[in-house]
Amino acid sequence: MAKIDARIPEGPVAQKWTNYKKNQKLVNPANKRKLDIIVVGTGLAGAAAAASFGEMGFNVKIFTIQDSPRRAHSIAAQGGINAAKNYPNDGDSVNRLFSDTVKGGDYRAREANVYRLAEVSTSIIDQCVAQGVPFAREYGGLLDNRSFGGAQVSRTFYARGQTGQQLLLGAYQALMRQVNLKTVKLYTRNELVDIVLVDGKARGIISRDLVTGETQRHFGHAVVMATGGYGNTFFLSTNAMGSNGSAAWQAYKKGAMFANPCFAQIHPTCIPVHGEFQSKLTLMSESLRNDGRIWVPAKKEDAEAIRAGKLKPTDIAEENRDYFLERRYPAFGNLVPRDVASRAAKERCDAGFGVGTTGLAVYLDFKESIERLGKDVIEARYGNLFQMYEKIVDDNPYDTPMMIYPAIHYTMGGVWVDYELQTTIPGLFCAGEANFSDHGANRLGASALMQGLADGYFVLPYTVQNYLADDIKTPRMTGDEKEFVETEKAVKDRFEKIRNVNGNRSVDSIHKELGLVMWDFVGMARNKEGLQQAIEKIRAIKKEFWSNVRIPGDKEGMNIELEKANRLADFIEIGELMAIDALNREESCGGHFREEFQTEDGEAMRQDDKFAYVSCWEYKGDGQEPELHKEELKFEDVKLIQRNYK
Amino acid sequence: MEKNINITLKVWRQKNAREKGRFETYQVKDVSTGSSFLEMMDILNEQLINEGNEPVAFDHDCREGICGMCSLYINGRPHGPDDGVTTCQLHMRKFKDGDTIWIEPWRSAGFPVIKDLIVDRTAFDKIIASGGYVSVNTGGVPDANAIPIPKPDADEAMDAASCIGCGACVAACKNGSAMLFVSAKVSQLALLPQGKVEAARRAKNMVAKMDELGFGNCTNTGACEVECPKGISVAHIARLNREFLKAKVQD
Repeated sequence: MAKIDARIPEGPVAQKWTNYKKNQKLVNPANKRKLDIIVVGTGLAGAAAAASFGEMGFNVKIFTIQDSPRRAHSIAAQGGINAAKNYPNDGDSVNRLFSDTVKGGDYRAREANVYRLAEVSTSIIDQCVAQGVPFAREYGGLLDNRSFGGAQVSRTFYARGQTGQQLLLGAYQALMRQVNLKTVKLYTRNELVDIVLVDGKARGIISRDLVTGETQRHFGHAVVMATGGYGNTFFLSTNAMGSNGSAAWQAYKKGAMFANPCFAQIHPTCIPVHGEFQSKLTLMSESLRNDGRIWVPAKKEDAEAIRAGKLKPTDIAEENRDYFLERRYPAFGNLVPRDVASRAAKERCDAGFGVGTTGLAVYLDFKESIERLGKDVIEARYGNLFQMYEKIVDDNPYDTPMMIYPAIHYTMGGVWVDYELQTTIPGLFCAGEANFSDHGANRLGASALMQGLADGYFVLPYTVQNYLADDIKTPRMTGDEKEFVETEKAVKDRFEKIRNVNGNRSVDSIHKELGLVMWDFVGMARNKEGLQQAIEKIRAIKKEFWSNVRIPGDKEGMNIELEKANRLADFIEIGELMAIDALNREESCGGHFREEFQTEDGEAMRQDDKFAYVSCWEYKGDGQEPELHKEELKFEDVKLIQRNYK
Repeated sequence: MEKNINITLKVWRQKNAREKGRFETYQVKDVSTGSSFLEMMDILNEQLINEGNEPVAFDHDCREGICGMCSLYINGRPHGPDDGVTTCQLHMRKFKDGDTIWIEPWRSAGFPVIKDLIVDRTAFDKIIASGGYVSVNTGGVPDANAIPIPKPDADEAMDAASCIGCGACVAACKNGSAMLFVSAKVSQLALLPQGKVEAARRAKNMVAKMDELGFGNCTNTGACEVECPKGISVAHIARLNREFLKAKVQD
């Protein structure tokens, strides 16, 4: 198992990052100019890292598949960003944020990384305010905070329901400032399609210009991937349509380990599915659970009458409502973590108490908050979310409760990285949602933004520099080296192969088929038999794809079906690995719920003696079983207990 | 309640930036009024692929009105007939059975067509690069609460910052002006103490870049505010003009 070494610095957990920085290597300004860094992805992690590298004096190339860096899916995060500022004086601290995150992740995250995340969280808020991010403020002019799931303090900073947008625009503007200063070169509508290794180190990428369809060779002394998660494996998710796992998958196929692929987060508050042509699911921010109460009818006949359209939610008397989160988890109530809230909603719907026409929905009700605080206050807090809901569902949530249901939202799993965020391929770094590192088996709300910016602004600028300090004598490559030429050829062959299938089915139709298998068997509740079936079904879908997909249009120029097909080919393989990992992990933890492992009252039951490890999968070739390696998790500062939100 | 409708689409098709485009007519049947407009486009594309034709290329991503990627000129209005929404938030319940719907790309000198309904909006990035930021590096900044900001200022800055950079304002403007877009950023940053330091210089540089990139002048028609999916106010243009004049006086 020599391959898995997290390289955690010495010392007590609170001193590790300080010790790392004290001992790390630096690159002097003259040498920085000679070093090139490729950053792939322009979300929070990628944009923040690229801007910071540029400011430091490195030469940066940054790539996005969108028409602008500002479109990255970080933009859609609504509720907020956590930081251990303790401005409200409610008992928060770096230690508290650290232990909440480890516990929230159901003890499947690496302590050292999580502590560092909590430690730098406070600097993130300072940085964003300095950039002109318009966070919500109190009348005294100081910053306002709200609460999020899994915490008993208010540590979430927010900008209305558009926090991700504002943080991303801050990072984007910092990035564009560097573009203007020519330290960063920006490539838009340009997709990473493979990674180039020279002597075992990442030395560049092959990208594809999505407008011309041409491939390009790009050299970098180091490559940083910040390409987001793979939630769209499920077809329907809250991710943007273009979000994909292909960059991470190319890294995996080139030798980077893929960690905990089965840890996918199902978000409890999404707008329910309405029909077969649904293209995506819309999230309603977790922040709504601050003021909204979740319920279903307490009587089955009432639920049936609502489904049949004979009763309205407002017809159900208070005593006939079951506020099931408040009932089951009195200490945290509606603010239990996402995995717990999602499963509780599923349990009620499966038991026949669900609402909506399909019975796959529960209510999120603001009546009491509106009475207590006034409509104005609720509108100021959540106005844009209420408007969004009304436009989609055609119901006014000020008058009638919202309907919500869980949906795939985020993937905690991802490319394995060590303490420096370096993958098992030297010189290849991975940040943000694309890596696995900080959230264990379940991410707490408002922690994705925190992690993306922590990685980008405050971790990679140190660790990548440490790596590059040994590379100051490595000359730039031209891209004509055989490794570049061969990798490019393999990419071209792959695209040709997809085009030449010339079958009968659209990319989306196959993707939807994959999504249904994933949701039914690798979704909120999993079991051995189902997962075995899923693996068979996914393999059949892979065969169907490679024998029956149809790609209209030309090789040259923009071909969106070809882009989608290339990503779907990877989603199918990711789905298979997710199922394999879920089958291997014979315990329930966080977002991974194995029906065989639950307590009498339906709570997740971990098997710490057997599974307190990160599963790291190594690619062994097409059609071969991947090899499992284990990174044992040691908990020195947080005690391993069953999570209790009661 | 939801029902199914049949519609006729007149869609702009254009192979690439060099070739001439044209309208094509398509029929789409049994579309649920609960579907979003882009889901209707998905249905059309599925139909086209199954007939062996090339699907219609259009920009879209988050499908929840925040990324700014979707565009489309629908029946003569950017983002279509509903108010305060992007195309991806538009639903088919806004249309009636038997309707004919005209779908075009953004049309503006600043936004050349790439393919079908997709246009090139990189000009917006260039404008931001010319000054749409606070010049601070990572690290070495004061505590977030060191400078109190009056809530009304923070709120107004947030109103301006809500811009999603979709380009509807430019598409709606008969002059093809990007003033609403530019003013939203200038105004957001000028309202905050962190951004005030560079406010005049920022206004001057961004306006100069906008002019250079071929966007037209503002003649106060107000069409941009009406079509802005985020309701950005033309009052920000007034603030931009003030900052711009300050810069000119200083010169």
